[in-house]
Amino acid sequence: MAERATLSEAVAELVEPGSSLYITGFTHLIGFAAAHEIIRQKIEDLTLIRLTPDVVYDQMIAAGVASRLVFSYLGNPGVGNLHAIRRAIEGGEIEWTEYTHGSLIAALRAAASNLPFAPVEAVGATDLMKHNPGYATVEDPFGGGEIAVVAPVRPDLAIVHVQRVDQHGNVQVWGSTGDIREAAMAADRVIVTAEEIVDEAELRSDPNRTLLLGANVEAIALAPMAAHPSYAQGMYARDNRFYREWAEMSSTAEGARAYLDREVHGLDGREAYCELHRERLNELKRVGDQPAGTVNFGINAAIADVQE
Amino acid sequence: MLTAAAGFLGNNETVLVGVGMPGQAATLAQGSHAPELTLVYESGAIGSRPARPPLSIGDPTLFAGALQSLSVADVFTFLIEGGRIDTAFVGAAEIDRLGRLNSTVIGPYESPKVRLPGSGGACEIVQYAKRSLLLSPLQERRFPAEVNFVTSAPPERAEILIVTDQCVLRRAPGGDEVELWRLYEGVEVADVDAVVGWPLRTSPELERMEVGGGIDD
Repeated sequence: MAERATLSEAVAELVEPGSSLYITGFTHLIGFAAAHEIIRQKIEDLTLIRLTPDVVYDQMIAAGVASRLVFSYLGNPGVGNLHAIRRAIEGGEIEWTEYTHGSLIAALRAAASNLPFAPVEAVGATDLMKHNPGYATVEDPFGGGEIAVVAPVRPDLAIVHVQRVDQHGNVQVWGSTGDIREAAMAADRVIVTAEEIVDEAELRSDPNRTLLLGANVEAIALAPMAAHPSYAQGMYARDNRFYREWAEMSSTAEGARAYLDREVHGLDGREAYCELHRERLNELKRVGDQPAGTVNFGINAAIADVQE
Repeated sequence: MLTAAAGFLGNNETVLVGVGMPGQAATLAQGSHAPELTLVYESGAIGSRPARPPLSIGDPTLFAGALQSLSVADVFTFLIEGGRIDTAFVGAAEIDRLGRLNSTVIGPYESPKVRLPGSGGACEIVQYAKRSLLLSPLQERRFPAEVNFVTSAPPERAEILIVTDQCVLRRAPGGDEVELWRLYEGVEVADVDAVVGWPLRTSPELERMEVGGGIDD
């Protein structure tokens, strides 16, 4: 059952040195606050798993908390390269295991549904087959010939940032749900950080929007603006200026370290970070009004007795 | 390149796009001959009508007013792997005679000279989309006879279109190699031959192509 915690307590308790971790968010709702907390607490030797490492893992790798990266696309979305990760790979400073999007998703789903492997036909024709021990080929028992398969990828922990959660850890997300459900269902444990904690009744009024159940969540932390500099639909825009600045700063190891010293190690938590960036965050929070339509979940309570 | 690419998108097609040039080409097509184009983004935004150019594929502007919001897994399993994408934009640093793409690495994989972004969805897209469309300037280093690393390899049924700044190359569905298929005004076969790293075959359907003045032309 999910327990309320502060972000720093949840990270201290659940992120173990040497473990594997998936911070979710497919360019939207990326858990930057949790990543910074892990860097601040110097929890090291981590295996970082993500379809798209994005700036969030670039920062963690620049900070030296990871020894291995599992990914399928390396890029600073809409901006260009991830310099810290490229330096680490080209300099042989980090181990990595590389997938394609489709096969990494299949590997997470295999883990989530307790399958020994999943077929990933497209990978069979690529050179990646030779470089990732998580791929193999088997004979199709139904006569289709040889087919590539992928072993499950089961993170020890998923950290998921969402728009709202209730007091029990039930989660609602709108806009891009990305990789959240696959990563959370594949992982052994889940931490949820949320923009808002709302009453259970609010979630129950709209069950189709609920993405994760509290039964699968270990800890809930209230963390407004925790996805900054990425977006949260209906709440704040992406800080694109920062994405470009990071590309500039991280082009040298010293530049990346100076940023981390100033904005992660030099601050005692996310509140101090939000205070430091208050004006900018207020600008980003100016989003328009575009509410979703409502539907009727009403039932006919008089038709109750099926034995009638 | 943008206007040429936009011209290949049909009105009732489902098109997988990204940010930058692919998105701009799709928007250009939507604004002219293909108003009914359905835009699909890997992030799960389906049928987007973005109010401004998106910053990344998870941008809220792609979801506000979209037809549908899917998970990344649903986009891959149902739309991409399910063969429901008519045209998909892909990126690559190299493309070879067989229409294979490299977006992974230059130099040895374990100790790369240049580390590229990797497959992302390209491997599955090239395998299952009816047509994959690559935008690439015609430069020698981008068209070797054999790619340094096979990130994506098209199956026989797939069509690969490579829209360059001088011509359009194509590996036809059922074809065995990439051929010269369209030549822009003012460009000669020899100009293309001089750049491409293998004896380039000319398609029996080779035609001149007029490319109107677009955003980048």
